[in-house]
Amino acid sequence: MKILVCISKAPDTTSKIAFTEGNTKFSEDGVQYIVNPYDEWYALVRGLELKESLGGTVTIVTVGTAADEPTIRKALAIGADEAVRIDAEAKDAFQVATEIANYAKGQGFDLILTGKETINYNGSQVAGMIAEHLDLPLVSLASKLDVNGVTATCDKEIVGGLETVEVQLPAVISCAKGMAEQRIPNMRGIMAARTKPLNVVAASASELNTEFVAYDLPAPKSAVKLIDPENMDALVELLHNEAKVI
Amino acid sequence: MSVLVYINSNAGKLSKSAFEAVTYGKMIGDVTVVTNGSTGDDILSSLGAYGAQKVLVDRSFDGTDAQQLTRLIGAAAEATGAATIVFSNDLVGKAVAPRLSVRLSAGLVSGAIGAPDADGKIKVNVFSGKAFGHVKVNTTKRIISLLPNSFQPEEVGGSASIEAFDGNVGAPGLVVKATKQPEGGVPLPEAELVVSAGRGLKGPENWGMVEDLANELGAATACSRPVADIGWRPHHEHVGQTGVAIRPNLYIAAGISGAIQHLAGVNGSKVIVVINTDAEAPFFKAADYGIVGDAFEVLPRLTEAVKKFKSAN
Ligand SMILES: Cc1cc2nc3c(=O)[nH]c(=O)nc-3n(C[C@H](O)[C@H](O)[C@H](O)COP(=O)(O)OP(=O)(O)OC[C@H]3O[C@@H](n4cnc5c(N)ncnc54)[C@H](O)[C@@H]3O)c2cc1C
Repeated sequence: MKILVCISKAPDTTSKIAFTEGNTKFSEDGVQYIVNPYDEWYALVRGLELKESLGGTVTIVTVGTAADEPTIRKALAIGADEAVRIDAEAKDAFQVATEIANYAKGQGFDLILTGKETINYNGSQVAGMIAEHLDLPLVSLASKLDVNGVTATCDKEIVGGLETVEVQLPAVISCAKGMAEQRIPNMRGIMAARTKPLNVVAASASELNTEFVAYDLPAPKSAVKLIDPENMDALVELLHNEAKVI
Repeated sequence: MSVLVYINSNAGKLSKSAFEAVTYGKMIGDVTVVTNGSTGDDILSSLGAYGAQKVLVDRSFDGTDAQQLTRLIGAAAEATGAATIVFSNDLVGKAVAPRLSVRLSAGLVSGAIGAPDADGKIKVNVFSGKAFGHVKVNTTKRIISLLPNSFQPEEVGGSASIEAFDGNVGAPGLVVKATKQPEGGVPLPEAELVVSAGRGLKGPENWGMVEDLANELGAATACSRPVADIGWRPHHEHVGQTGVAIRPNLYIAAGISGAIQHLAGVNGSKVIVVINTDAEAPFFKAADYGIVGDAFEVLPRLTEAVKKFKSAN
């Protein structure tokens, strides 16, 4: 079983979100980067579990610059045999997916796993784009993944319900909650991560289909209106007449 | 300008997000809808009321297989010469739009909450709802995937013509083995009203009062992450930065502290009501209406008040 896990960096969930250069750039001031939680908790951990039960290798891939290497080492500390960094600043999902597809082509990966989406751009685009580039099936937002020989069985969310699907390998799977439990790296993992191979490969200079040209922040909320807990009729009246939501 | 809108009609009826997508398409140009499955012509032609001129329907396959739909929509885009293709950013849109983007070399904007401005820039949610981004598309064709509940469907009158269309879709990529049908409640991402609760409810046995209020309002139920993690509630109810992001008209949160990761997924809500025993809970800073009180008393009282209001109106 040869598994490729795509990871992205993301700002720590408690980061203050702010923008610089006339609101055109995310301010990295004081921002700690983590491995995008969906990639780490679900895609990477499930990949490792499959390797542990079926044998094989887990390779981590990311599109990023040298500045992203600490994040890659964090992922290596959880597990994986090696990491690959495709040397380019990640700017849009199409570029990232094209780079990863170009790298993965012809390498014989049985499974390409991604997280459901990143918590910074929330696009949920990369997995589908890789699948189309490589003409592979995709299980989007899978919450369960089992491999049986040359097929995989997945649970995936459908509106309000759940669908169990079977897919021929090789396949691309985007991983959502339920697939695995977060693993906290131990000291041994952290030490081992320092010496695991982190190969840098040149980017194929994929173009950008889209660009974020500006950002802004939501308007601040006005002060909360406190309601007497004994008087819920007053709340209902406000929701009806003032807020007009019921 | 010709706009192609994909809608999922597989449930045999049309969802609100289908009308939202057609309304959005209409703001940009002349709308042709593409869909598949066996939903009747009469139902499909009702999309005309929202501005669709034509519905192309491929009756050769049911379901929402991403590879089949990519071929269908790709063929329809070619046949209509559409430069803009619109999706709802729901579970099907998330699987299909990225594939189509590669197939058509069309830039994809997902999570759109605004119409293209004069320079074609489109506003989207980023940082899990903590900020907005404005995206420029560099390709001649573009795909826009709308965040549910961001556009009010608008009736303009009219009726759409129905045309059979062969998308030459081939075999599905996935074989569906079993389906656990939706439980009948309101699906969370589309819900206009949501009642949510957190660890303050103390245990799963206390969710009856959350469900009572939700039923009385016709609302969906949601929860904070720890509540889903410990198995008090199903995972698909978990809202927040690492769960579902929602934008209902009304979000009622009981016994939830309002951690930054929780707020990220719900601060697009139009009106937020917070019920918490702790007046210092951070959620009150993000709330429109606040009740400092015990959820075990306030929730049943609120359910009674809603009941009274409903019977009087
Ligand atoms: C990387 C990361 C991602 C995360 N993603 C998410 C996410 O997507 N969604 C999410 O929700 N969380 C997320 N979290 C967790 C988040 O930080 C909080 O821990 C979580 O939201 C707290 O849940 P809670 O409010 O239910 O529980 P608590 O923080 O324990 O709050 C319980 C609240 O209930 C109140 N209370 C107690 N008794 C009563 C009563 N009788 N009546 C009324 N109020 C009462 C208390 O005053 C308290 O405010 C994430 C954390 C991390 C690190």
